[in-house]
Amino acid sequence: MEYLLQAERISGGYNEDTVVRDVSLSFARGELAGIIGPNGSGKSTLLRLMTHVLHPSAGRTMYAGADIKKMSARDLARRVAFVSQDTTIHFSFKVWEIVLMGRTPHLGRMQFETKKDFAIAERAMELTDTLHLKNKEIDNLSAGERQRVFIAKALAQEPELLFLDEPTSHLDVGHQIRVLDLLKKLNKEKSITIVIVLHDLNLASEYCQRIVLLDKGSIFAQGSPEEVLTYENIEAVYKTVVIVDRNKISSKPYVVLVSGKELCRPN
Amino acid sequence: MKLSFKHKIIFLGLAFMAAVALGLMKGSVDLPLGKLLSAEYRPILMLRFLRIVMAMIVGSGLAVSGIALQAVLRNPLADPYLLGTSSGAGLGAVIAIVMGAGQYFLPASAFIGAIVCVVLVYMIARQGERTPAQSMILSGVIVSIALSGIIVFIVSSSTDEALRGLMWWIWGSLDIYDVKLVSLVSAIVISGTAAIYAFAQDLNAMSIGEEEAKHLGIDTEAVKKILFLATALITASLVCVSGIIGFVGLVIPHMMRFVVGPNHRVLIPASCLGGAILMIVSDTIGRTAASPLEIPIGVVTAVIGAPVFIILLKTRQKVI
Repeated sequence: MEYLLQAERISGGYNEDTVVRDVSLSFARGELAGIIGPNGSGKSTLLRLMTHVLHPSAGRTMYAGADIKKMSARDLARRVAFVSQDTTIHFSFKVWEIVLMGRTPHLGRMQFETKKDFAIAERAMELTDTLHLKNKEIDNLSAGERQRVFIAKALAQEPELLFLDEPTSHLDVGHQIRVLDLLKKLNKEKSITIVIVLHDLNLASEYCQRIVLLDKGSIFAQGSPEEVLTYENIEAVYKTVVIVDRNKISSKPYVVLVSGKELCRPN
Repeated sequence: MKLSFKHKIIFLGLAFMAAVALGLMKGSVDLPLGKLLSAEYRPILMLRFLRIVMAMIVGSGLAVSGIALQAVLRNPLADPYLLGTSSGAGLGAVIAIVMGAGQYFLPASAFIGAIVCVVLVYMIARQGERTPAQSMILSGVIVSIALSGIIVFIVSSSTDEALRGLMWWIWGSLDIYDVKLVSLVSAIVISGTAAIYAFAQDLNAMSIGEEEAKHLGIDTEAVKKILFLATALITASLVCVSGIIGFVGLVIPHMMRFVVGPNHRVLIPASCLGGAILMIVSDTIGRTAASPLEIPIGVVTAVIGAPVFIILLKTRQKVI
């Protein structure tokens, strides 16, 4: 199998705090993978370490066989795009201006966008269903619209690999499904490799071919939804009682929460 | 009524020309438009023209520095003096005066004081490989307060008459006492502005967020270093010739964001025009309103700038 991105035994965190410990993780070209785990398990930190936005204290990341450390930030940004969790911004940029920023790594200093760049930005807006918002100001959009605009910006980078940090956390169920359907479509039709950090276990089960379950900064389990989303794994990591059923439509694992039960396991 | 983008630029251009015309006509002697180019008024015209050039340089330089710092530090209250250039230059000037300054010794000492101060602020703010915006702002404020304390101490413990001349420093002045010095400062301001403009797209990305910018392949620490240096050079050289002129660098970027939006590709040239207009008009008012007395330009910019800004703020209901 051809790996697009390989993290080799990376550790790191903020200041003295080591959040991620000794994680080795690879993503194959063309896959749609999900990273799940409780709050503070290091999901977002792991993404930052893998893209070297946060410098790892140990280990390295290889991108298509090359050490990321030896690549320039611009080189990497032409291949890897990132949609951050927090998309609130305080400057009233127009939607098209935001999307066009995705072209930055493809432009030289003092080089203005050409017709081709505008066309790419427009296509990205078409794909994310944001073209009608083109001339709106970003701070007047709803959370769902804003999320799609930021995905459009990432697409304008024309990446091979797209990281998304909890893209559905501020969205209602309708928008959650629309955003994830879009990602699935991009993965299939544009063959973009996609890695999503998700909180919702059932969304992860439904959309991801492979799931990585993090706990306390290390990988607890990884594999297909069936392999990872077992009640043993979830109870051990999330410290809560669940029943794992099947989604009647897709026959993927479906996690049912059980309230008010103490966690006690039969020996 | 919503003005199209093109109309806004034309409007700014017309306002600029009107300001220049006003600046040339008004003064201790009013020159009517028709006689402006006649030979008898040539010397007065030259003098006023130089002063307008000076106003343009100061206004544009301060406005562009304000934009760069507001975007890089993602703080709407950032102004060109935030990194301590004003107090650094002030201390340099005070030391020069106390030591008995020659013609070029004073501006040189002020310039060095400003640059040393910015480097100091940067070094205090540095945390490992990073310079977080917040610690840059805090460190700038702290160094400024400390240096202002030292300035007050030197001034109050000295009996030197010359130190009274320092008043102009605090409220600024566009008096040109040396054409050569002004040309040098203009060269620095123009190249600094060009350097900042070269980073327009990086400023766009950084005003969304530092991490966003990193994901777009921008080396944010390098950009910060270059822009801090560019703004430091611009404000330090301006402080040497015009003193501390507040308000322009803080308010013009906001006003222009109201007018043309936050895209730095457009915002930077628009703010150059806006800064120049505000300075020319303020200087003209300062020279004529209480003639023969001259009102310090910093007083005028504050008195004009504040209400205009409040009106914009109230009509738009958005801070940035």
